[in-house]
Amino acid sequence: MRNALTIAAKELRSAFVSPIAYVVLTGFMLLGGWFFFNLLNRFNFLVQIYMSFRNPEIQMRLNLNELVVAPLLGNLSVVLIILVPVITMRSFAEEKRAGTYELLLTSPLSIAEIVAGKFLGVVAFLIIMLSLTAVYPAILLIYGNPEPGPIAAGYLGLFLLAISFATVGLLTSSFTDNQIVAAVSCLIILLLLYVISWPAETAGPTLAAVLKYLSLTEHFSEMVKGVIETKDLIYFGSVIVLALYLTHRSVESVRWR
Amino acid sequence: MIEVRNLTKRYGELTAISNISFTAEKGQILGFLGPNGAGKTTTMRIITGYMPATSGTVKIAGYDIFEDSYECRRRIGYLPESPPLYNDMTVLAYLRFVGRIRGIAKADLQDAVDRVLRSCGLQDVPHRVIGHLSKGYRQRVGLAQAMIHSPAVLVLDEPTIGLDPRQIIDIRTLIKELAADRTVILSTHILPEVSQLCDKVVIINQGRIVVEDLLENLTRNTTLEQVFLHYISQDTAVPGAAAEGQA
Repeated sequence: MRNALTIAAKELRSAFVSPIAYVVLTGFMLLGGWFFFNLLNRFNFLVQIYMSFRNPEIQMRLNLNELVVAPLLGNLSVVLIILVPVITMRSFAEEKRAGTYELLLTSPLSIAEIVAGKFLGVVAFLIIMLSLTAVYPAILLIYGNPEPGPIAAGYLGLFLLAISFATVGLLTSSFTDNQIVAAVSCLIILLLLYVISWPAETAGPTLAAVLKYLSLTEHFSEMVKGVIETKDLIYFGSVIVLALYLTHRSVESVRWR
Repeated sequence: MIEVRNLTKRYGELTAISNISFTAEKGQILGFLGPNGAGKTTTMRIITGYMPATSGTVKIAGYDIFEDSYECRRRIGYLPESPPLYNDMTVLAYLRFVGRIRGIAKADLQDAVDRVLRSCGLQDVPHRVIGHLSKGYRQRVGLAQAMIHSPAVLVLDEPTIGLDPRQIIDIRTLIKELAADRTVILSTHILPEVSQLCDKVVIINQGRIVVEDLLENLTRNTTLEQVFLHYISQDTAVPGAAAEGQA
């Protein structure tokens, strides 16, 4: 565990030494800010229109959670699909290219410690990244009255989604010594998981259920609505565990060849 | 201390090394020679536990590198051909990191770092970023990481490459000192270095050991250059046999 933390600390530090971290964080905040500004604008616009109808019942139905927070988190999740592969692409690929992979593998470290260290490092980065966006709901909570419960559930969902993305990124990075290949293959896998439920509407009931279950979007959108269900938690948990297990096997494979 | 038995490594069809055996005792510096592509790096990677052999065994201080990989890796310091450095770290941060993953206790870490900074002549650059260092300094940082945990076995792949003459002398003296109570495997193309430092010489050619003997036996009535050329030409071409008469 100590070794894993040592590696995690190194990962986090090297992320912030390289410009990648700053570009990713700035880009994420910039886009997040743009989404938030526009969603809020639209919300204000709707409030004004309904006010002119003088119908208090419809006005009550306008709520910040549904019209601002949920779409904001949804949009951020799409941005994560593109940014997370960029964060994780270095993790193993760069070690291989720089020859430091030899240092790690000839040190008295277990492969589990190496993978855990890489994983914790990227989780710490994602915590920083997502905490920064907490400023948007914070503004809503100060100046408006959204329900905090669904916001918390939505953030939990976004966080689990980001970690799942990151484990896929670690996996693809462990396959190659080329960062571009690692990033692109991760991006493609994530996009596939995002759209895999598209044929569900026309497919048979069994296949539709399977596709919907596999889709990241389906599980995430439930949580954004404020519904935390065990099946969604299990889904994210299994994606994370499976990807980490495969990463472990992939790193270990240097010892089989 | 190091016991290599019948080591064979195949990559698919290609046999990188075949049936390699040699031993090195405590206090010995073993010169590991051979032309480029002879299988030196492969052998060293197997000895250090980076990858397994197709067949054969390596024992480090009695532990099998495959069975007791962890115990072996604790006892080995390895400087690969290109030093395994993180270019974005400072020398100090890097050595602390390596010290920790090599299992040095927190209380002893500072001492260990100070010791290698001194012995590798890095006192002036601890806060410099590794990516900005000259080749000579990078090589010395690589050497420092290999010995930070005072390993019983040091495996050094061309440790003096890229150093200026004074640094070369310093590093050679250092290796000599280090070898007093440990085993050093030194791979190099600089034959005078082997003559100066090594007690024992292993020459490998096309994946096979062509000679393993004490330096003094090999160079009794000839030079190491002649011995080297003689042995590496032996199985490649018949005319090499002529060298026998000249030597």
